[in-house]
Amino acid sequence: MSNPRFKVPRFNLRAAWAWTWPKLFAIALVLGAWEILYLSEWRPSYVLPGPIETFAALFEMVGTERFWQAASTTMTRAGTGFLLALVIGSIAGIAVARIKPLRLAVGNVITGLQVMPSIAWFPLAILVFGLNEQAILFVVVLGAGPSIANGVIAGIDHVPPAFTRLGRVLGAGSIALYRDIVLPAALPTYVAGLVQGWSFAWRSLMAGELLVIIAETPSLGTTLDFARQMSKVPELIATMIVILLIGMLVDTVFGTISRKIRRDRGLAIDD
Amino acid sequence: MAQAEVMLRTNNVSKSFGPEGAATVALSGVDMTIRAGEFVTIVGASGCGKSTLLNLFASLDKPTDGTIEVNGKVALMFQEATLLPWLTARGNIELALNYAGVPRKNRDVRVAELLEIVRLDDWADKRPHELSGGMRQRVALARCLAQGARIVLMDEPLGALDAMTRDHLHDEIESIVAAQGLTVVFVTHNMREAVRLGDRVILMGSRPGRVVYEQSVPLKRPRAMDSNDIASRAAELTNRLKAEQGILQGADS
Repeated sequence: MSNPRFKVPRFNLRAAWAWTWPKLFAIALVLGAWEILYLSEWRPSYVLPGPIETFAALFEMVGTERFWQAASTTMTRAGTGFLLALVIGSIAGIAVARIKPLRLAVGNVITGLQVMPSIAWFPLAILVFGLNEQAILFVVVLGAGPSIANGVIAGIDHVPPAFTRLGRVLGAGSIALYRDIVLPAALPTYVAGLVQGWSFAWRSLMAGELLVIIAETPSLGTTLDFARQMSKVPELIATMIVILLIGMLVDTVFGTISRKIRRDRGLAIDD
Repeated sequence: MAQAEVMLRTNNVSKSFGPEGAATVALSGVDMTIRAGEFVTIVGASGCGKSTLLNLFASLDKPTDGTIEVNGKVALMFQEATLLPWLTARGNIELALNYAGVPRKNRDVRVAELLEIVRLDDWADKRPHELSGGMRQRVALARCLAQGARIVLMDEPLGALDAMTRDHLHDEIESIVAAQGLTVVFVTHNMREAVRLGDRVILMGSRPGRVVYEQSVPLKRPRAMDSNDIASRAAELTNRLKAEQGILQGADS
């Protein structure tokens, strides 16, 4: 009787291990290389600390109130900026996809904006809005919005004509056709646009937090900058690790949503 | 015997695509009358304008010339099931009920009835990719019925299915159509299928698409796809189509 009970967790453990070990191996490889570089004294240890010192700094940092204030400021900016970009990008995308003259007028501009490094907007944003939150949000929205809009446009463009024909045969009005058929059909491409939009938003935000430093408002960007100024290199690298992890975490959430959508439609490639 | 009411009629219908002068003529001078309760099959080589004709019946397109009378609501079934992949079988049928104006509170019961008609009661919550090709077409058939139309147009709906599934669906479509008193126009390029299903078979020629021959099929139902009667009638249709194309080729060279 104990056999089948034993088999289930063992199987799960094996699957979990198969999923985990390549990641652990990669992390070990990076840490190992870092440690070797540190031990080789290629750079003095006050410029390039080793992993042990850095992770000690990370654990110490995570215990301070200031770190959580900084992280929460940064995440609030990221969330607000991304939501704004989502609303503006989606509306702009639908408008451009639907209205032909509008597409001819600004279709290429959206792609142009997507390619333009958002950091190039900061000097203008700082002059127009001043050294404040609006300047940062403005650039985050400009960074993420075009990707989201392009996701909507590509999604709508690639809706199979058979679906819109079906909508007409079933008697859908133009609003119902969009609500029930065109937009749901465009969803996988839209989500891909959101993933890309997020990565642009996150990059723009980090650039913004390094350029637009607002007094009395700690953020991950200012933490990086102060650490550099005060030569607290372990804290600097620890903050970089936090920034990397947050970016990866949000990307994983989007990836999970995207995979669920694809799986529900029979499009998933299992990985 | 009094003749049943006319459900579909074309009067000298022509349809061209493309710019004037360089237009491709898809249909030319098509006259046909389809009466209530009739199961009419239309056969012809691909590109003979069969689908164009259905699009005209379904008001998805307008004729270039001539007039079309459509007496009542029309539902259309495609070669591909065209189910929406993000909805379950139930959801796909419910959408059609919604557009047909069936109140929300009545939809659940109606969906259950329709799924029972196509024998998919146990598959209501499956998504299209979890269903076989035949099942998907049965959901499409249920969705077609959900539109509450008296006229059903079918554009090679079984063309992509294996022979056994197709035979099953012939029986199913036949009995559902009879039970619901529907008028059907069924387009196919398979001669046997045309004879198997139709009360009347209309043969269309190509370039331009037009009616070249018509045949009533007074065979008793249910009919078997491999019966001699069907085979000989199908062979006759094939010969007529070949003769038709032979004349065309002769004219070309």
